[in-house]
Amino acid sequence: MGAVLTAVLTLSLLAVLFGLLLGYAAVRFRVEGDPIVDQIDALLPQTQCGQCGFAGCRPYAEAIASGEAEINRCPPGGETAMIALADLLGRDPVPLENEEAAAKPKSVAWIIEEECIGCTLCLQACPVDAILGAAKQMHTVIADECTGCELCLPPCPVECIVMKPIRETPETWRWPYPRAAHWLKEAADA
Amino acid sequence: MAEYALILVSTVLVNNFVLVKFLGLCPFMGVSRKLETAMGMGLATTFVLTLSAASSYLVDTYILQPLGLGYLQTIAFILVIAVVVQFTETVMHKTSPVLYQMLGIFLPLITTNCAVLGVALLNTQEQHNFVESALYGFGAAVGFSLVLVLFAAVRERVAVADVPEPFQGNAIALITAGLMSMAFMGFAGLVAG
Repeated sequence: MGAVLTAVLTLSLLAVLFGLLLGYAAVRFRVEGDPIVDQIDALLPQTQCGQCGFAGCRPYAEAIASGEAEINRCPPGGETAMIALADLLGRDPVPLENEEAAAKPKSVAWIIEEECIGCTLCLQACPVDAILGAAKQMHTVIADECTGCELCLPPCPVECIVMKPIRETPETWRWPYPRAAHWLKEAADA
Repeated sequence: MAEYALILVSTVLVNNFVLVKFLGLCPFMGVSRKLETAMGMGLATTFVLTLSAASSYLVDTYILQPLGLGYLQTIAFILVIAVVVQFTETVMHKTSPVLYQMLGIFLPLITTNCAVLGVALLNTQEQHNFVESALYGFGAAVGFSLVLVLFAAVRERVAVADVPEPFQGNAIALITAGLMSMAFMGFAGLVAG
């Protein structure tokens, strides 16, 4: 009987001690911050492409949290991200703003060099400085840096920029993103 | 000094926890799909394993053994590991947000890593002292990280290879792990013990 009591007491005491330690740590090391913005930001693809109209994923997350923006403005995240956001925020799923953009394969910009007039307009539009060139010199895209955001297409006066799909190699290949759960899709359809 | 070096070499290469002792296989298969996550997991595990090996030793030597409660080792160690992991996560979240971003999601996973409990139990079984215990934990974690990173690098290449349909996915991963395990048997001749 004594041995059992010792065992139970020791273990309970140990548990209480550790519990107090964790409780103290939780109070002492509390982190302030808006948790909902973090949660939204975690669902966005972090490509920082700006296709939503905001400066990056974090500003878009803040805009969604404050109710300024719809949840359907992220083409890289596609339907998966939109449904996940709808689920997180308790809003109704809405169709993507730019349906074609979501279905496009991953591609990078490519400048048709014979047609380029060297106007430097696409250089200024590129958010990641992936286009190399100078005034009246032919420009070219650094394929490794290009995020495929298509922001360089509208400014080009001679339309010499095209989007080329990327061939998969061991260096560029990534595991596919997990698909939205089946019941989520059904909820979206209903 | 020599025996400390021996413990390190022994745990990292010869008695590698994943490929020779077959502990911690779940994170080995689960987190090895991408090189970056494998590195993150390796770092987090190294941190937690060293700390929990040392604190398990303290709890065992100064609380369980004097009271003759050696049979409570398993449950007491699980308690210690869970607390160490949780405490580490809380402190890290506050003091180093960058590190937390990198390791944050992996920390809770480590609680259920059987290598962590295995190290604590093997430490008492082999009657290591405090420094040896911590070193044993550190070595085990370095060995774990090493094979995790190697395996992730192999898997990224295997994933684009033209694998026959019946072997695709986890099947080819398990075969790869088996081949790596056989390769690690070659280290058995490195040191005796």
